[in-house]
Amino acid sequence: MAQMTMVQAITDALRLELQNDENVLIFGEDVGNNGGVFRATEGLQKEFGEDRVFDTPLAESGIGGLAIGLALQGFRPVPEIQFFGFVYEVMDSISGQLARMRFRSGGSLNAPVTIRSPFGGGVHTPEMHADSLELLMTSQPGLKVVVPSTPYDAKGLLISSIRDNDPVIFLEHLKLYRSGRQEVPEESYTIPLGKADIKREGKDISIIAYGAMVQESLKAAEELEKEGYSAEVIDLRTIQPLDIETLVASVEKTGRAMVVQEAQKQAGIAANVVAEIMDRAILSLEAPVLRVAAPDSIFPFSQAEQVWLPNSKDIVETAKKVLTF
Amino acid sequence: MAAKKSQQFDPVETLNAIEEKFEMVQVLNEEGVIVNEEADPKLSDEELQELMSRMVYTRILDQRSISLNRQGRLGFYAPTAGQEASQLASHFALEKDDFILPGYRDVPQLIWHGWPLHQAFLFSRGHFMGNQMPEGLNILPPQIIIGAQYIQAAGVALGMQKRKKESVAITYTGDGGSSQGDFYEGINFAGAFRAPAIFIVQNNQYAISTPRELQTSAKTIAQKAVAAGIPGVLVDGMDPLAVYAVTRDARERAVKGDGPTLIETLCYRYGPHTMAGDDPTRYRTSDIDSEWEKKDPLVRFRKYLEAKGLWNEEKENEVIERAKDEIKTAIKKADSAPKQTVTNLLEIMYEDVPFNVQEQLEIYKAKESK
Repeated sequence: MAQMTMVQAITDALRLELQNDENVLIFGEDVGNNGGVFRATEGLQKEFGEDRVFDTPLAESGIGGLAIGLALQGFRPVPEIQFFGFVYEVMDSISGQLARMRFRSGGSLNAPVTIRSPFGGGVHTPEMHADSLELLMTSQPGLKVVVPSTPYDAKGLLISSIRDNDPVIFLEHLKLYRSGRQEVPEESYTIPLGKADIKREGKDISIIAYGAMVQESLKAAEELEKEGYSAEVIDLRTIQPLDIETLVASVEKTGRAMVVQEAQKQAGIAANVVAEIMDRAILSLEAPVLRVAAPDSIFPFSQAEQVWLPNSKDIVETAKKVLTF
Repeated sequence: MAAKKSQQFDPVETLNAIEEKFEMVQVLNEEGVIVNEEADPKLSDEELQELMSRMVYTRILDQRSISLNRQGRLGFYAPTAGQEASQLASHFALEKDDFILPGYRDVPQLIWHGWPLHQAFLFSRGHFMGNQMPEGLNILPPQIIIGAQYIQAAGVALGMQKRKKESVAITYTGDGGSSQGDFYEGINFAGAFRAPAIFIVQNNQYAISTPRELQTSAKTIAQKAVAAGIPGVLVDGMDPLAVYAVTRDARERAVKGDGPTLIETLCYRYGPHTMAGDDPTRYRTSDIDSEWEKKDPLVRFRKYLEAKGLWNEEKENEVIERAKDEIKTAIKKADSAPKQTVTNLLEIMYEDVPFNVQEQLEIYKAKESK
């Protein structure tokens, strides 16, 4: 075991998969010699050579198209989009092409591509660097979307993503890259995609979150405990597909639920979770399932982001509404 | 069987012939001596002094911005030192009615076009009031998405053509930006419509860490104009007179109805990509740095003007002091801007406010007026 930050756990997963499978290729903007702007690919080009870890010309659409082509040649590409705000540039490659490769070939061709990309607010980036655009991905059939919240999860989920034969979008929250360390096994291990994780057990309310909102929800749960409420915190980890089984079991136990997302309210990851709960567990509910989300503006100019981003206070406030309904 | 070369057409030879045509235009060499009389734009003494003043001012602005960023008094900042000739001499060839579509490093051109300095500082701090464009100022806020401005420039230029304006749209990106699809679409659309646009690629040799050689196998970026069927020029981007001359010519052609031009300015950024943690020592050697410092645009222009008796230490110090004063005043003005609220952000989302935003506006108004 070693103490690792999330970004170190990601580098570790990439290194192990480069070792494990000679078809794994890493490429993108500044991922080679520079080791990525967040150093997520630090040292990998040196260790594995320019043949397997390389810089591309600056074009996100090009990176997406290249990944598809390389997959057709039997490679297992792990491209990086430098910031997920740049995903609009590569939308056709992802949603118009990659997500449909299997379908449009009648199930005969796979596209085992894992696109890694940093996203998320709270670190004072300029425009288009922090937006939570995961809904663009989850609304596209054919993709799996993973958002880890801890170093341990990041490593196991990334290894699973790379080994998965379907395309995976792997989103790494900027604020979580170096915000904490955790014991992470040095050897390779996997965490299944599509499985949520109960980060804290509780019996009065299920707080469902992902990404940086898991930490905020855990903080909120501590606050709620002081007031005598026992909150269960579920980390979705994979937001497409959802782990319905875990969600329903939790709601059946607690009878109350709420969903927290960093994205704007109209970007309905949470809305989808609420709908699934309504479809499957409405008779277990003692109260409406409420949401905590950011307001429906463009991601704010950096000076206002601390107020704009949902936090543990907002979660406590909404939790009480659900608990006292 | 070995491939037989066609007698009529040898594509490799064609490529080589085209690439050789793109020689770098230079007027003023590193010693500050005119080496190309014919291309000398023959600026008046006052114009030469004004251009020098702007370059000196902008170098000071860059130094102050870096130090203000380090003190936490500015936010996002992309250093500009080394690119003064490329940025300011190209801008010097423009008129007030010309429209600038900048990249994120192109704050100096916006300032000299009329963007108030305190607004540039507010933009850096991530305050929406920085981006509120004063009436009649033909600029966009710095573009963050690499190359997106290129295709928009074709649109602005086409609009000018339709309105029968005698002005141009000018846009800037870097060597990295020339790899984006928007770059090709921009120059091709403008060419197809013969729209009055000027496309500048400031080739400062690195896209963050990625060296120019990795962007394209083309010998020059200027030659990419050939595929779009428009004129392309490679110019010494550390030479203010050459940059001015080729931009002025491009503007004249555009206004006359002869369509767009692609200009590649060979230059260098001395500083990091931005102030957010980039470390150039990971991808550049100090040898490369000092090689480019020898080409410095301020040094050669100063030598040239001093030899003509148009510049001296006193004049330079005057500009430096003025720059420092104005920066100080602008920072104070930026400090006095009201605190940005989420209410502000919701208010600027739509002209006709929809229900969801209205509902959230009420919530945040109540929260933020406490």
